[in-house]
Amino acid sequence: MNGKALPYLLLMPATLFLCVFFLYPFALVAFEAVTRDGAFTLDNFRTMAGSWKFPATVRNTLLLAAIVVPIQLAMALLMASVVSRLETGRSAALYIFAIPLGISDLAAGLIWLAIFDQSGFLNTLLSGLGIVDRPIMFLGYQSKLTIFIAVVLAEIWRATAIMMVILVAGMGLIPREYHEAAEVFGASPWKRFVRITLPLLRPSLQTAIILRVILAFEVFAVVAALGGTNLPVLMGETYNWQFTLQDRNVAAASALLILAISIGFTLFFLRVLRVPREARI
Amino acid sequence: MSAVAEAPVAAATADARKAGDWLLVATAILLCIWVLLPIYLLIVNALSSPQEVTAFPKRFFPSFDVGSLAFFINFAGVARALWNSVLVATLTMVLSIGFGAPAGYALSRFDFPGKETFRFLVLMTRAFPLPLLALPLAVMFIRTGLDDTALGLALVHTTLALPFAVLITFSLFSGIPVELEEAAWTLGCTRLQAFRKVILPLALPGIAASAVFAFTISWNEVFAAAVLTIENRTLTAFLLQSLGESPLYLKFAGGAALVVPALIFIFAVRKYLFAMWGIANR
Repeated sequence: MNGKALPYLLLMPATLFLCVFFLYPFALVAFEAVTRDGAFTLDNFRTMAGSWKFPATVRNTLLLAAIVVPIQLAMALLMASVVSRLETGRSAALYIFAIPLGISDLAAGLIWLAIFDQSGFLNTLLSGLGIVDRPIMFLGYQSKLTIFIAVVLAEIWRATAIMMVILVAGMGLIPREYHEAAEVFGASPWKRFVRITLPLLRPSLQTAIILRVILAFEVFAVVAALGGTNLPVLMGETYNWQFTLQDRNVAAASALLILAISIGFTLFFLRVLRVPREARI
Repeated sequence: MSAVAEAPVAAATADARKAGDWLLVATAILLCIWVLLPIYLLIVNALSSPQEVTAFPKRFFPSFDVGSLAFFINFAGVARALWNSVLVATLTMVLSIGFGAPAGYALSRFDFPGKETFRFLVLMTRAFPLPLLALPLAVMFIRTGLDDTALGLALVHTTLALPFAVLITFSLFSGIPVELEEAAWTLGCTRLQAFRKVILPLALPGIAASAVFAFTISWNEVFAAAVLTIENRTLTAFLLQSLGESPLYLKFAGGAALVVPALIFIFAVRKYLFAMWGIANR
């Protein structure tokens, strides 16, 4: 076989697949969003934005991302630091921290439902401690704040692992000598973390944040399990437009909005956290 | 650290270091509890009788009653949903390895024009909320007869799993010295023989791990599954669509049915977690 053609032959199945099932659907979704019955129109976006739920939907989604992602970043850094400094039990800790990585967002929602439900474990604990007389309804339609808090906790629990794994891998790339040198000069562990680990971890931080922010805008099943329709989010509304309201075009417009927000934030973090080529390790 | 630097600071830092070690271990244990406790509570619910699940106050230990699980398994549609989940996940696994592994091999062994473009295409898939693809594909599938089939959903799940399959096999093949292959060639092997007899046995555990990961991705996916299946719902789609009306014990038993295989899968691939996510930095 001709050696020059071989790599292209090997890449062809994957490339064709991605063209048909990745690039083409995106063109299609964009097309459906700006047309109705074959004619160009912006009505789909107007219908979407005109829905009474829309402002709350956008606000909830952005607020969730804005609260969840920074907390996750801090926790993932903590987990990664713990893992990279542990000497015994390192791999056990790493496995346990990584467990939520394999857990479906729906399952994560159900797990936290077991805790926050009216007959759940949190109420059992609270009444056992004598703090409340009878179980509180945390997830009812009148308690949006507690639903929100439950979703935040479930999201932090579920999706910190992704960031942690990326950061552990990134920390492994930082040469030990830097830390040792700083230690010799008397830098405290905190100072070493801020002055050495964080700056050198920038490429991994960038990857982790971008991935996590995009996933945050996709939040769907956790909210469905915990809040039902009481806490509308963008992905859930897209699903509603497609199914309950049977309007593909508005669903496509809604999908395009999520895409636009995701791409916008990706570009933002690529720029803000960019790493000069000569500064890479 | 050198002995010169150690001598004067050793005494002063010994105490601080000991305190630091304790803090480290305590933090590690706390974080482990944070991860494990919620899963434990779900399992407690799944292993309690339906009456206990809806009762208040709750016990923090399971009664090992299989009533909830039995109700779940016998509930109309569950067995079929479980079967569909396994079928879709298996198809996803086969497709993503079948398409991804050759690409991973090509990326690790050849330098050719267009390589960067391909890597960019693969990495780009990660910057998009892929489950949304299910929306336009729903129409395309109706036209081609793929709607509501395991294969149709598996194709969408493959777009999710393929980038990981490419990246993990790329790092796998890169880790196997090209000299081994070259030695086989000089001994008279063709390229294919060398791959089959020398490289494949070495890469097989890693390929298996990335297959398991592809399976897990499909097993866990909710949005596309719910959009693309009606009659042939997967377990996640089934649970999502019955959230409104199903009793608590059904939800918790279903949740446990989703979680327990995932725990095993992650355990099986734990060595390869970094290959999957780590090299995205480069």
